[in-house]
Amino acid sequence: MSVPAAAAAGAMLPVAARTRRRVSFRAVFGLSVLIFMGGAAVFAPQLAPWDPGKQMLLKRLRPPAWQERGLREHPLGTDHLGRDILSRILHGGRISLGVGLTAVTLSALIGVTLGLVAGFFGGRADAFIMRIVDVFLAIPYILLAMGVVFALGPSLLNVILVMGATRWVQFARIVRADVLSLREREFVAGARARGNRSLRLLLRHVLPNALTPIIVVATLELAFMIIYESALSFLGLGVQPPTPTWGWMLADGRNYLATAWWLATFPGLAIMLTVLAVNLLGDWLRDTLDPRLKV
Amino acid sequence: MTGPFLEVRGLEKRFDVGGAWLRGRRRVIRAVDDVSFAIERGEVLGLVGESGCGKTTTGRLILRLIEPSAGSIRFEGHDLLALSPPRLWAARQRMQIVFQDPFASLNPRMRVGSIIAEPLAIYDRADAAGRRRQVAELLEVVGLDPAFAERYPHELSGGQRQRIGIAAALALRPSLIVADEPVSALDVSVQAQVLNLLMELRRRFGLTYLFISHDLHVVLHMSDRVAVMYLGEIVEIGPRDALHREPRHPYTQVLLSAVPVADPRLRRERIVPKGEVASPLAVPSGCRFHPRCPFVFDRCRVERPALRRVGAGHDAACHLYDER
Amino acid sequence: MALLSVEGLRTHFATSAGLVRAVDGVSFAIERGEVLGLVGESGCGKSVTSLSIMRLVPPPGRVTAGRILLEGEDLLDKDAEAMRRVRGARIAMVFQEPMTSLNPVFTIGDQIAAAVLAHAAGSRRAAWERAVEMLDRVQVPSPRERARDYPHRLSGGLRQRAMIALALAPGPQLLIADEPTTALDVTIQAQILDLLRRLQAERGMAVLLITHDLGVVAELCHRVAIIYAGRIVEMAPVASIFRQPLHPYTRGLLRCLPHPSRFGQPLSSIDGAPPDLRQVDGGCRFAPRCPHAVESCRRDEPALAERKPGHFVACPVVTV
Repeated sequence: MSVPAAAAAGAMLPVAARTRRRVSFRAVFGLSVLIFMGGAAVFAPQLAPWDPGKQMLLKRLRPPAWQERGLREHPLGTDHLGRDILSRILHGGRISLGVGLTAVTLSALIGVTLGLVAGFFGGRADAFIMRIVDVFLAIPYILLAMGVVFALGPSLLNVILVMGATRWVQFARIVRADVLSLREREFVAGARARGNRSLRLLLRHVLPNALTPIIVVATLELAFMIIYESALSFLGLGVQPPTPTWGWMLADGRNYLATAWWLATFPGLAIMLTVLAVNLLGDWLRDTLDPRLKV
Repeated sequence: MTGPFLEVRGLEKRFDVGGAWLRGRRRVIRAVDDVSFAIERGEVLGLVGESGCGKTTTGRLILRLIEPSAGSIRFEGHDLLALSPPRLWAARQRMQIVFQDPFASLNPRMRVGSIIAEPLAIYDRADAAGRRRQVAELLEVVGLDPAFAERYPHELSGGQRQRIGIAAALALRPSLIVADEPVSALDVSVQAQVLNLLMELRRRFGLTYLFISHDLHVVLHMSDRVAVMYLGEIVEIGPRDALHREPRHPYTQVLLSAVPVADPRLRRERIVPKGEVASPLAVPSGCRFHPRCPFVFDRCRVERPALRRVGAGHDAACHLYDER
Repeated sequence: MALLSVEGLRTHFATSAGLVRAVDGVSFAIERGEVLGLVGESGCGKSVTSLSIMRLVPPPGRVTAGRILLEGEDLLDKDAEAMRRVRGARIAMVFQEPMTSLNPVFTIGDQIAAAVLAHAAGSRRAAWERAVEMLDRVQVPSPRERARDYPHRLSGGLRQRAMIALALAPGPQLLIADEPTTALDVTIQAQILDLLRRLQAERGMAVLLITHDLGVVAELCHRVAIIYAGRIVEMAPVASIFRQPLHPYTRGLLRCLPHPSRFGQPLSSIDGAPPDLRQVDGGCRFAPRCPHAVESCRRDEPALAERKPGHFVACPVVTV
């Protein structure tokens, strides 16, 4: 009986229609851009029309296809060495996204572990870890990256290490805060009374309930890592040529901004779109999963 | 087994509250201050008091979920405070706890069945099939359909969640259960169901309860003996009927007269207490209740009264009952 | 004419999970100087009723039918400005949790003075004096000093007194108190109930007391209405309802309370659970849980009928 009656009641009040949940624009946009970017990155070798390193000096500095001197086979134009911009963006995306994801994973592993230990055990472990966090927060990360790269030499691996090793503090702080409140919750005391010892308590009861902020921070950190990598590459500290990265492309294009704007603009747009998508997705995740964190 | 089932002597818990080097003096909260009592096997001891009296802390101290600052706890003949961590871990099987807040006392990320089965797995009581069987049995014992094992806590009502908490506490077949405000967050009709369940389980499994609540009528209903706490101390302890009909300590009298009764015929002589419940940070000298006591005299401000016998098995900590 | 007359009030919430009929046909009246208790368990609609009277129902809730007559004027007809003048000056409200209903960044003296000034012209000096006077009336010790305290400096009992002072300062005719003592310790609760009783008698103020605690009702109220699943099932003078509760729900409620005459014995309880307010149909909403239900109970909605002088019951089955 209830369904027709409730439906009839619902139909009578126009308010009912307005409060129906709509699918979030942010989620749809963010997710589709990321899937698109991710797909492009994974299938770059198949999708890219040209070898990104192939220099075709006779076709250098050609504008995008829809412009006057543009060529159809180079939709986004060519750079100062005649390399196809589109192919370089596709391959560059592999680096940017790949490095970003790996670095986020690394920093999450370090940060979450330290945050759990600091928050759960408190006392001296907490004080010690928090002092380290303070130190890391005080040092500008670019400076830190420069130091490490000069010491160890620039390479893909070192870039990931540097990024992971400097950004873990974001995870540590937020996990620690969550754990501090979680460990006072009654279900933790109950679990302890029923035989859980500390390690099991941490992994089985505390950590799963701290996942929400971790996921949210991870998406936001991914956005940051992409920019971080681009900045490092721009400064010459990141992945070395001939591997194309969006940061390198920006650096190269810097000198041609007035004459060949497409060298820097398209990689810049790629960075912007990706970061925007990740941020929007992160915002949506935050709002859906944990209204407490709403800023 | 030698000695009483549970015996607590001189139990203390002090919390340091900051402000030490800024103010020049360390501030200490004596949440539990020299508390002693004993519980016989199969008995229900009620622990009642208002906020800040230390009853919840006492409950957790007994299970060593919090470490005492001083005192002794003997349970089934063992000195609980002298147990090594592995022995303590083993001892936990015999003593369990049920909490107040059904929303907060179950892990929101675990299915109900896993919550109940977990202690069985940790203590290696049964294999996977055996655990499933016991979970189903326990659910039935607390009056729930075994199909509930697949649900998550947020899908259940407050009363159902509380029953799950009880089932989880029963999983290891303990002999002692500390019930910390088990019905305070429930509607009156659900409260009655859960109280009935607790009474029936006690009968069926020979359980012993420490029943903690701020609700005086609920405590009186459930308990064989009742202890009244105020600001970290036990001020009166005795058999339920004696304490209810002839409360000796002024605070107990105030408490009994303050509780609203849903029966206009049963109105007590109203003693409206003065002042606020004192803060545990600024505990009055002498008898802690003296600023609010209608019968206060000089000695009360200076000397802290000890528990004195005032009737059969009935003690009160009040200078009024000192013959001197 | 009654001071407040609620007629056929319906308040519904259009949520994404369905239409919740929180209040579905509630009618009662409060005379001047009378204390009416509105009693029910969680989800029964008692708080929504009080919010509806004040027209403070949060979206997606709306009052969809009925009249709320304050001295003959229908509050539902008033515009926002007119309603603002009613709130505080003619009807005031006190809530359960004083910490969240007092603004933490203003002193309590400021808040009370602001309430006075919102409804009567005057100087700030005069409003402040009135605030101190109100704090004294609610027995706050050292009222002049306390008026300069922020809410977090006060204990629960003092905050509730401040809340009451705030509500009474503009001199309302009706006070709606929503679980005013539920969050307080029992001895403090006794003090607050005592205070409310005294103030009510002194000012001849009407009170709508919302609570789940029948004990509090016995202490403070002249009449009581029992509400279940959005409808009133019984309404009577306090003595009458405790002496002879008629509705099966009321009887069930009273029987499941621990009582000195039956400490230690199994409590009777009410089987089942309250209905889902999105899926209620015609017919008595208590029928699924009622030991006396008959066929017609599920079909016909029972009306409140006066079965004894002043004693109304919505149940055709019980015999008086």
